[in-house]
Amino acid sequence: MSQSFDEISAQLKRRHRKSARLKWLSMGALGLAGLFLVIFFADMLGKGLPAFQQAQIRVEVTYSEQSQQLPLAAVNEDVRELVSRGWLRTLPMMMRDNPQLLGTSRQEWVLADGQVDQYLKGHYTRLDDDEKEIVDALAEQGRAELQFNTTFFSRGDSKMPELAGIMSAAMGTVMTLLVTLAVSFPIGVMTAVYLEEFAPDNRLTQIIEININNLAAIPSILFGLLGLAIFINFFGVPRSSPLVGGLTLALMTLPVIIIATRTALRSVPDNIRHAAFGVGCSRWQVVRDHVLPLALPGIMTGSIIGLAQAMGETAPLIIVGMVAFIPDISASVTDAATVLPAQIFTWAGEPDRAFVEKTAGGILVLLTILIAMNATAVVLRKKFERRW
Amino acid sequence: MMDMKVANLGAASMSMPAIGEPVTRNEEANHELSIRVRDLNLWYGQTQALQNINIDVYQKNVTALIGPSGCGKSTFLRCLNRMNDLIRGVRIEGLVEMDGRDVNEVRMDEVALRRRVGMVFQKPNPFPKSIYENIAYAPRMHDLVSRKADQDELVERALQDAGLWNEVKDKLHQPGTSLSGGQQQRLCIARAIAVQPDVILMDEPTSALDPISTATIEDLMDKLKKQFTIITVTHNMQQAARVADYTAFFHLGELIEYNDTKTMFSNPHTKKAEDYITGRYG
Ligand SMILES: Nc1ncnc2c1ncn2[C@@H]1O[C@H](COP(=O)(O)OP(=O)(O)OP(=O)(O)O)[C@@H](O)[C@H]1O
Ligand SMILES: [Mg+2]
Repeated sequence: MSQSFDEISAQLKRRHRKSARLKWLSMGALGLAGLFLVIFFADMLGKGLPAFQQAQIRVEVTYSEQSQQLPLAAVNEDVRELVSRGWLRTLPMMMRDNPQLLGTSRQEWVLADGQVDQYLKGHYTRLDDDEKEIVDALAEQGRAELQFNTTFFSRGDSKMPELAGIMSAAMGTVMTLLVTLAVSFPIGVMTAVYLEEFAPDNRLTQIIEININNLAAIPSILFGLLGLAIFINFFGVPRSSPLVGGLTLALMTLPVIIIATRTALRSVPDNIRHAAFGVGCSRWQVVRDHVLPLALPGIMTGSIIGLAQAMGETAPLIIVGMVAFIPDISASVTDAATVLPAQIFTWAGEPDRAFVEKTAGGILVLLTILIAMNATAVVLRKKFERRW
Repeated sequence: MMDMKVANLGAASMSMPAIGEPVTRNEEANHELSIRVRDLNLWYGQTQALQNINIDVYQKNVTALIGPSGCGKSTFLRCLNRMNDLIRGVRIEGLVEMDGRDVNEVRMDEVALRRRVGMVFQKPNPFPKSIYENIAYAPRMHDLVSRKADQDELVERALQDAGLWNEVKDKLHQPGTSLSGGQQQRLCIARAIAVQPDVILMDEPTSALDPISTATIEDLMDKLKKQFTIITVTHNMQQAARVADYTAFFHLGELIEYNDTKTMFSNPHTKKAEDYITGRYG
């Protein structure tokens, strides 16, 4: 006996209700995740954006024999405490490099002390009331203001907040990631190509496959220990260098790239392979001319995501000594360097209130680079995706 | 090993009238030997898919393979250009001889074999490249052409021979997959003939096509057999009757009857073939 439409509808109503409930639940989950993201970004922006500005004051600077010996003498006594000590220390060198300055004096915008900066930004400050008054007066005359913080983007770390910059960490990250990419991309892709296209399906390859999947799930700090044992203790690669950091991260990124590449290779339809074999391609020609070009977008996306992950890694780099105070921008992959997340970690531990905004500013820089990398992954995928 | 082969040959000869030869000769057909198959057995893991196949395929003919689904036609076809090598767990015994050489012997390079034995698949599978590249890729890879002009000429000739030139000559650099199904299949045929093979294997080349494209490809087979040996699998009895000089009927992994096409369809010599052809079966 068949059912009438009404009977069927009555049953369907329950099913529809159920699917509607599920839909609302999943939308709620998505909304919650979005909300957290918004709160996080708003918080970071609120805390971090001030780091991109720094207080400068306009004072009389005297370039004299005396200030060559004692830089403090270059500025008037009343503003001496308000000018950055770090900046004053660079004066003798500046005069050595530009001897024509000697004997002159002029009004200049100079880097203010970190406490002035905090005061102008409305935060807690250690300035006493007299100093505050002077700053207020300067500000009224337009001689103390917040300007774009070039120091932050052009210098390395410093114990003086007004001189601390992100550049050495950014360079360290770039060099470390280049090493990681140069090592893990070719090895990862070739390994995946071998496993997917050449290797026989036997016990050994199954064991290798299981182990690769396991590697991807190992806590990253263990890779740091491995890097320490192999690269530093055994091969003698310099500690704290982008080379050792990059190699360590390469160990970690390798399984990600292998898995992504295998997935990309597997998604290439078999009839393409058959067509290529059918016209007499060797196995390598099939892979190089037909399979890899189709798999490339997937491989690149996977690799970039792997690299982005590596970029955010801190734990393994702590083990190989890349969390260090690095005031200088390192010039080669064997110099001591630090990386962005390690720099953020270091700043987060500084007691000075001024470093709070540095920390958040560093996070903003890191996030910007991450977003740029992931966007590149999407663009590359769209650009090279040829499903014809 | 050798002794066993001889023994098998002896056993098989008792049940068949003339080993590997068709029951009735087609006097219009060419009878130079192209591929000789003797006592061919094939296993997928534990299950045997081909049993004691003996057949002589003649040059510059169309030979059709017919039989119910799962009887081993595709499997047999893949033995001829060693595409079964790509399937894990396949074991092959017996002789597949071409030009006096066993194609399965260790010294035989499967790349060389596939250059002489081309293949057209059931589903059109052009490379995801331009129409031009689809044709030019393999000849360039095999060093058949070096100069650009020769390559252009070869592409044009292959497309002409496949009856596709007029339709695509203005869009050679568009993707091969932008063509219709029937055009794609002719592109695949052009790709196969571009390397000047001796044999072209076709596995149900028209099963995914409409009647008009099918007729076009049947005409094409008729034309191409002047240059190439064609072995085709089909489920379409009329098609086999129309295009084939010889027809082989497979059943459960065995070659039941190999006969002149006219005789096969008018007066089959075995009960199984008759049942199948008259539609009482399969
Ligand atoms: N890759 C494979 N692995 C295991 N068994 C297979 C494989 N390919 C085919 N077989 C088996 O071998 C037998 C013959 O298959 P084959 O594909 O050759 O049949 P066919 O005659 O081409 O059938 P159809 O007309 O449906 O295409 C079938 O029983 C099938 O299940
Ligand atoms: Mg088949």
